[in-house]
Amino acid sequence: MEILDIIKPENQVFCKTKLMTDSALSYCPGCGHGTAHNLTMEVIDEMGIVEDTIGVAPVGCSVLAYDFMNIDMTQAAHGRAPAVATAIARTWPEKYVFTYQGDGDLAAIGTAETIHACNRGENIVIIFVNNGIYGMTGGQMAPTTLEGMISSTSPYGREIKSMGSPLKMTELVANLPGVYYVTRQSVHTHKHARKAKKAIQKAFENTRLKKGLSFIEIVSNCNSGWKMTPNESNIWMEENMFKYFPLGDIKVDGILKQ
Amino acid sequence: MSELKLMKGNEALAEAAIRAGADAYFGYPITPQSEVIEYLMTEQPEKRTGMVVLQAESEIAAINMVYGAASTGKKVLTSSSSPGISLKLEGISYIAGAELPAVIVNVVRGGPGLGTIQPSQADYFQSVKGGGHGDYKLYVLAPASVQEMSDFVEDAFIIAFKYRAPVLILSDGLIGQMMEKVSLKEQIPRLTNDEIIEKYGSWAVTGKKNRERNIITSLDLQSEKMEARVHRLMKKYEQMEKEDLRYEKILCDDAEYLIVAYGSSARISQKAIELARKKGIKAGLLRPITLFPYPKQALFELADQVKGILSVELNAGQMIEDVKLSVQHKVPVEHFGRTGGIIHTPEEVLEALEQKIIKNGNLRYHKTRESSIL
Repeated sequence: MEILDIIKPENQVFCKTKLMTDSALSYCPGCGHGTAHNLTMEVIDEMGIVEDTIGVAPVGCSVLAYDFMNIDMTQAAHGRAPAVATAIARTWPEKYVFTYQGDGDLAAIGTAETIHACNRGENIVIIFVNNGIYGMTGGQMAPTTLEGMISSTSPYGREIKSMGSPLKMTELVANLPGVYYVTRQSVHTHKHARKAKKAIQKAFENTRLKKGLSFIEIVSNCNSGWKMTPNESNIWMEENMFKYFPLGDIKVDGILKQ
Repeated sequence: MSELKLMKGNEALAEAAIRAGADAYFGYPITPQSEVIEYLMTEQPEKRTGMVVLQAESEIAAINMVYGAASTGKKVLTSSSSPGISLKLEGISYIAGAELPAVIVNVVRGGPGLGTIQPSQADYFQSVKGGGHGDYKLYVLAPASVQEMSDFVEDAFIIAFKYRAPVLILSDGLIGQMMEKVSLKEQIPRLTNDEIIEKYGSWAVTGKKNRERNIITSLDLQSEKMEARVHRLMKKYEQMEKEDLRYEKILCDDAEYLIVAYGSSARISQKAIELARKKGIKAGLLRPITLFPYPKQALFELADQVKGILSVELNAGQMIEDVKLSVQHKVPVEHFGRTGGIIHTPEEVLEALEQKIIKNGNLRYHKTRESSIL
């Protein structure tokens, strides 16, 4: 039997969600963004809510998220996605509104918009991909860059005294009463990706129940920015990033975990 | 039935926004325009029409909320004053680039920097010369009365949706704070979500239903596409110049001297030309109502008739550049205006007309050039 006799639609047991377009991803091979996109779109597809979903793309590597996510999307100014999503959720309260943002976008330039959207408890989902670096602009230090980590603007390693400590935005927003669900996930293995998908599902379910804000951090790699092979970057992430940004639920159903 | 009320300019604007059927207002307090959000919060339009009012954490957040709601085809506005508008400019540039309809109100105070909370017209350049980054323009309406603070809200929304472009209402602390009689328009019903989807479904992001997905963005990484976007914007501005230019001529038919002034300065200058006429000076007033598009042709033609032009502005001389460009050196053009929050009186304007223009006689520029050659 030839291989082409096997590759037929009727033999397919798994296929790409139709909510991902056929455009080639602009992400570097090995990057976690593609998986994070895929999981988000799968959830929206499986929940059957695409007709009522509006996504907000950030500025950064995922600025072109709207090229890949086959849903209605608006692209926000750098850091302002939570403000953009606020207005959409307030004027269309029956819709599912989510932002998809990186660490530079959400935890540096957009700190105010993030904290205040969380504090108001806007009925939205924030998906926060944290890879500890500015990938799009070529590997500069981010608010989440780890201590001693080398980047193009911390070429001798991040020094806490002059550059501050890496910001744990997720723990910070978990303390705000308006925030209903906070979790930190990763997507670098099948096991982790399945857990992350469940978290995303829970978040959109919260929107449906009008529970307020759900905040999902996805700790991810940036093999290009970190100057590693994809595999090396995933190992480095497990050994270093997860120590400072431990995975797991931080707040569930409005209650902080111990 | 229209309703007659005594109101502050800022309050009249806020009430007009409700009556224009606006879906949302997002703002941040700043003097001298805080009455807009105070009025809306007190009035609770959510109960009257379903209009959303939200106090944002900053002017930046507010303009990006406007971007968000506008992306979905909602009728949305924000207001602020000079330093706050500076903060909003990034968002305004995005709104222009992404081709979204939105109304922005600037109740101008003196600057630069924190400046003063007193009235000023020092944001002329910021309003008509871009302000934010990139090749874009704002359609700019300049109200000169509390009545126009009210009337221009609906006019602004009509233009914003006609062109899918941001419209600026350029007021100032004087018009915003003073009380006048105002005739309020009848309530226009807000569009339902179904009506919005039907009307703006070709571009608005309302959820992908029975159509291909819609995308709102100002990003084009392909140069040819970006250039096409810029050309599309320029076409809109050309059309605005052809179809939606607004200005008013007062006592211009027999005028020998001309004052050009907008907004509060136009109100003061109107009195000044009355005083001039009592003294036998044939003075007229050209009042641009839109600052972009600018009444270039009207000024060009009036320059053949008058001996000199005085540009009266509450600033150190900004609009005078557009007056000079329009007049093309046919007659002398001078500037008069107080700054720092001081409002010039009609007497001061008349004195400036006499000293800066009339005293110099019919000094047309070509004669000046000849004499300088000799």
